[in-house]
Amino acid sequence: MSAERGDTTQLITRAEYCVVAVAECFRGDGEIMANPIGTIPAIGGRLARASFEPDLVMTDGEALLIAGAYPISPSDQPKVVEAWNPYRSMFDVVWSGRRHVMMGASQMDRYGNQNFAFIGSWEQPKAQLLGFRGAPGNTIQNTTSYWIPSHSPKVFVEQVDVVSGIGYDRAAKLGAAGRFHDLRHVVTNLGVLDFETPDHTMRLRSVHPGVTVEEIVASTGFDLVVPDAVPETRAPTADELALVHEILDPTGLREKEVPNP
Amino acid sequence: MSDKRTTEEDVVAELRDGMTIGVGGWGSRRKPMSIVRAIARSGLKDLTIVSYGGPDVGLLCAAGNVSRVVYPFCSLDSIALEPHFRVARQTGAVSTLELDEGMFLLGLQAAAWRVPFIPTRVGLGSDVVDRQPEIRTVVSPYDDGEELVAAPALTMDVALIHMHRGDSRGNGQYLNVDPYFDDLFCMAATRRFMSVERILETDDLAGEGPVQTLRINRLMTDGVIEAPFGAHFTECVPDYGRDEAFQREYAGSAKTEEAWEAWRAKYLDCGGHDEYRKVVGL
Repeated sequence: MSAERGDTTQLITRAEYCVVAVAECFRGDGEIMANPIGTIPAIGGRLARASFEPDLVMTDGEALLIAGAYPISPSDQPKVVEAWNPYRSMFDVVWSGRRHVMMGASQMDRYGNQNFAFIGSWEQPKAQLLGFRGAPGNTIQNTTSYWIPSHSPKVFVEQVDVVSGIGYDRAAKLGAAGRFHDLRHVVTNLGVLDFETPDHTMRLRSVHPGVTVEEIVASTGFDLVVPDAVPETRAPTADELALVHEILDPTGLREKEVPNP
Repeated sequence: MSDKRTTEEDVVAELRDGMTIGVGGWGSRRKPMSIVRAIARSGLKDLTIVSYGGPDVGLLCAAGNVSRVVYPFCSLDSIALEPHFRVARQTGAVSTLELDEGMFLLGLQAAAWRVPFIPTRVGLGSDVVDRQPEIRTVVSPYDDGEELVAAPALTMDVALIHMHRGDSRGNGQYLNVDPYFDDLFCMAATRRFMSVERILETDDLAGEGPVQTLRINRLMTDGVIEAPFGAHFTECVPDYGRDEAFQREYAGSAKTEEAWEAWRAKYLDCGGHDEYRKVVGL
């Protein structure tokens, strides 16, 4: 294993480590809807289905559920439609809990409270962003992971301006009503974070090769839990790399989202 | 047999300052833009707009018709953030009721069913509930005793939607992949107006698509407007896609007051939908 990694590390880009880290978020999910939003999330989700999680259900980004492996860029490849899933049906899926969504965040605190609604005051924000979108419902009804393409102290903050997606401290206060809350991983351009600590504060799970623990700590605006030994994010296998290069992202959109350092 | 054909101008003549108006579609998709533009030209004030927001919200904010927006997002899809709505928020020109997308659906459904709320877990623990006193909770009367959010009914004075086909009696048909929530908007409103790409004889509608596409029935509508390209520049496939170049020009008009005045002079002050089509070249 280590020898193989040593042989291929030079050829693997940062974006490809991110892709495989996203795919790993969905490991063990079985037959649920994987709903990764964003470029690298879409590649990673499709990689998981094309390799170790073949039963995942995925959308075309609109009203159809699509089978098979196909590129994230526009292509002539005919899509195999499995089912019709208009927005109204999507809420049925979310509220039934048979879904794992990967969202973005403009701000996130140590408990995973997420904001992408707006920055500043409620009445007159400094920056109006997306609004609450589906974040409150997603985080309380189904499994949620996050993708942060630019890990910085501006994103990882002591306190978010507004809570759109709820974190572990708020879910705990809800008692039984918070029982479906499940934040899994936060994948960034520098590493992977999770909440596998006694009080569910954010922990460094792995660093992407080429990144130091110190760099991640310095890029995080709160005290991150750092285990004594932090592993490196695993490398994609040769088969996984081939899937990404030849089928899922042949035009290299992943490298635009996370340029190789 | 009633003939519900009407015009954008006659719809606007029914509206009053301070009304709550729901707009169907989703983001920059299948929005009743010919009616929205007629409102933007009207000088109506203090409207509350209820919408899965797109350029309907942005345009009415820019034109000064709006004092409050009830919404879960406001996006042009290919341009993630609606620029005119951003200006309105960042200058404090409009207040908002911030909702989760699914809570918004429950609010439409509650209004359509004439109940004050629908219980849900959605919103618990988030600032949608914690920082908006108008969103309240209820305790389950059953043995579980769980506290739930009471998603409030989004009752509205008027609903505006755009469909692909319709008849003069007010039946409507969508031909794209998603009906969105247009039927619920109509059922949540007191007065309901639908623009369509083409008005057909009723017995010709079934030839346009399977019966499931006949989503709007005449119980849901009070007026129907034949407006070819009525959703322009938003997406209305299969009849036409989003006019991305035009949308970019629209988005650019949020950059300065002068840019907005120029856009307004060219595309709003030109007149009604027929004149707009000539100016745009539709």
